Amino acid sequence: MIDLLAATPALPLDEAGKYVAGAYVVFLVLIVVYVAIMAAKLQRIERELRELAGFAEQRKQEEEREEVSA
Amino acid sequence: MYGKGLRPLSIATVAMLALSLSLVFFYAPLDADQGFVQKIFYLHVPLAIVALMGFVVGGAFAIAHLRSGNRKWDAYSYVSIHMSVIFGVAVLVTGGIWAKASWGHWWVWDEPTLVSFLIVFLMYATYYPFRYAIEDPERQARYASVFAITAGAFVPLNFMAVRMAESLVHPRTFATANGGLPGEMMFVFLCSLATMALLWVTLVKFELTAKSASGQVKRLRRALDAPAPGAGSRIAPEVS
Repeated sequence: MIDLLAATPALPLDEAGKYVAGAYVVFLVLIVVYVAIMAAKLQRIERELRELAGFAEQRKQEEEREEVSA
Repeated sequence: MYGKGLRPLSIATVAMLALSLSLVFFYAPLDADQGFVQKIFYLHVPLAIVALMGFVVGGAFAIAHLRSGNRKWDAYSYVSIHMSVIFGVAVLVTGGIWAKASWGHWWVWDEPTLVSFLIVFLMYATYYPFRYAIEDPERQARYASVFAITAGAFVPLNFMAVRMAESLVHPRTFATANGGLPGEMMFVFLCSLATMALLWVTLVKFELTAKSASGQVKRLRRALDAPAPGAGSRIAPEVS
């Protein structure tokens, strides 16, 4: 990796460097923020699915108990 | 259903992003006029093209929704517009940075290209409150589709009007038959454009998959007659 970086040509990072870096960083930050929001949404869906699985399991056990007592 | 093929698509997008960034910084020649700051071009212009195309695609999905009455197309239209608005934010910010570096100003009000894009962006920004204002899901979908078609038709008209207008400072990307770019720059630009298009498709698919999963959880909750965890979004349409 270090050899690869050493072999790459140097970037002319003068006055314009900060603007170019700024533009690309803004783009990457937007993508990262979007992915983070989506990850939070997926975590919520996963939690709801776990709740529903527990709810279904509990209901099944109640039904089995009612059948036994009947 | 929507998640099918998402993993290879995501891997391809990341690979293309890495390739495009490498080409931009280590292969594309420096612009004789603008120098290093012209590298923003390979980010800003593809983002703008994909955002505008996304708005048109959103309009096409809206036509499919009105023709078929299938709510799936409304969800596609919503997600396309949603993603293009996010891309639009990136276009405005990267454009502002490029303008500051090139012209010394963050924004130039008498430049048709900039102002027309801002108008399109603000028009689509009203899509959310417009949807939100209608409670009935059927009407909401129908009215949002009409909005998406009307606004989608405005995008190419607006683009043509800007091309015909006299530019003051903003460069024209495809001003000549060969695009006005040397071969190497054109190749890198097309790679960047393909990357942004792929990123847009991946994020749309990602969003649709999440919405589909959320919709299925809601239906499962209703089928089990389970207590609701709280009010969901009234804006975003459900995906089956």
